[in-house]
Amino acid sequence: MEKIKTPALSEYLIRLADDRLILGHRLSEWCGHAPILEEDIALTNIALDCIGQANFLYSTAAESEGNNRTADEIVYFREALEYRNLLLVEQPNIDFASTIVRQLLYDTYGILLYEQLQQSTFKPLAGIAQKAVKELRYHFRHSSQWLLRLGDGTVESHLRTQNAVDKLWKYTDEMFISDAVEVELAAKGIAVKSEALKERWFTIMRDLISSATLTVPVQGSFIRKGGREGKHSEHLGHLLSEMQIVARSYPDIVW
Amino acid sequence: MSENIAAMEAEFNRRIAAGETIEPNDWMPEKYRSQLKRLISQHAHSEIIGMLPEGNWITRAPSLRRKLALLAKVQDEAGHGHYLYSSAETLGISREEMFDQLHSGKAKYSSIFNYPTLSWADMGMIGWLVDGAAIINQTTMAKCSYGPYSRALLRICKEENFHKKQGMEIIATLIASGDTGKAMVQESFTRFWWPTLMMFGPHDTNSPNSPDMMKWKIKLKGNDELRQRFIDMTVEQAQKWGLSIPDQQLAFNEATRSWEIGEIDWNEFTAVINGNGPCNQERMETRRSAHDNGKWVRDAAHAYEEKHRSKITTAA
Repeated sequence: MEKIKTPALSEYLIRLADDRLILGHRLSEWCGHAPILEEDIALTNIALDCIGQANFLYSTAAESEGNNRTADEIVYFREALEYRNLLLVEQPNIDFASTIVRQLLYDTYGILLYEQLQQSTFKPLAGIAQKAVKELRYHFRHSSQWLLRLGDGTVESHLRTQNAVDKLWKYTDEMFISDAVEVELAAKGIAVKSEALKERWFTIMRDLISSATLTVPVQGSFIRKGGREGKHSEHLGHLLSEMQIVARSYPDIVW
Repeated sequence: MSENIAAMEAEFNRRIAAGETIEPNDWMPEKYRSQLKRLISQHAHSEIIGMLPEGNWITRAPSLRRKLALLAKVQDEAGHGHYLYSSAETLGISREEMFDQLHSGKAKYSSIFNYPTLSWADMGMIGWLVDGAAIINQTTMAKCSYGPYSRALLRICKEENFHKKQGMEIIATLIASGDTGKAMVQESFTRFWWPTLMMFGPHDTNSPNSPDMMKWKIKLKGNDELRQRFIDMTVEQAQKWGLSIPDQQLAFNEATRSWEIGEIDWNEFTAVINGNGPCNQERMETRRSAHDNGKWVRDAAHAYEEKHRSKITTAA
């Protein structure tokens, strides 16, 4: 498939969409395997919200490109190197604690981001954000309540959760990098400068992690980043090969 | 005392005959209670195990729309399991006990979920055939004498009808997309046809639980009658789609106006029921490992609740 150079708006929408899709995909892997039946329902529900938001964002991106590329083509016929999601969201489900911590780190960021995107001068995005914020607040309630239970539950759950926090923390700085695309769109009131969200995010996370009797890790000087330029962890390739196998095996079938 | 029980049983039978529903706090014969526990928990387990063959394709669904629909469908099944377990709990059995019975192999679930899902067309086939068969069983059962189960089934049937339509739409779309799609559907149909017919259970003459259950209106129609209703409906639809039915002996009986099938392979049925189907072991291992791996999470939730109980009480 011919490579398409995407303009800033489409690039930005696809970033947001990729974050939601990949996170939703990871959650959907739990379906039928969760620790309790209520979590089978909850995690699937959150996955549905994430992928539903991604669907709107991809469709809006496709429309803004105006070159007949569809949302499904963006999802199923891009290589890992063309994906633009944060490294955080592609990290695997090592256990329930890693899923909850990954979710909470993102949900907190997501609320701050989408609250502001509701005022985007690009109306379709503002509309998506209004719906997304409501869903993200519910997701946050779920992930933060679990963080408290896992952190302040048993010795084992505490250890597993601290381990997940320590492991995933290094991926959080990437959320707050404002690059040229973001700066360009923020100047037009379309995008949000994510670097401006960091302080509030950190305060919320610090308080929550402490309430859960866990320790906030010290951020090293080396930032793990690259997702926005397509430089991912090895996990993403495997995730995509599973996601795309059927669509690519039968490119002529209409599903 | 025994006279007393006889009187209560007579009153119970009178109410059943009069078409009244029995509610959790009403007196009921022990055997009625135990049959219902078995039946409802078996149905709940089927929903939970039934999440696995479809869950198998969520991460591979070939379009965003299909992925969202499949996720929503499997979530519905978890929801069905959830209120069926609650419905069984009204009879005095806990969800933990029911899980133990499932994980130890004592409790059964629908045999169809011991067959693997091998292509995307299976997602359509499960909706059309498997949910279609379940609807026929359950709409009949929705008129059963036990209130909580009857009400749960009414709600479940509404959602199952939607699932069936969704499955049929997957199939219709694949067929319309050309030869490759149609071949995928035919292959899946050939695999699922006979196992789906087995879902209705053995012939009535070989169904050990039926007579009591009929008397108490826990079961309202025989296996064979329901199976026949399904066959007549499905053969017609398969013909509309131009699918060939994998049964050389299939013939239309002009006198009864219905389709007669060849003999079901009851050896296969018995093998699957007794744990020797293609996926019995995998399904059970998946369930057990989900349960075992989740133990530390459930323990954490309990420990947290214990620690914070006093605080919560004070705050309230």
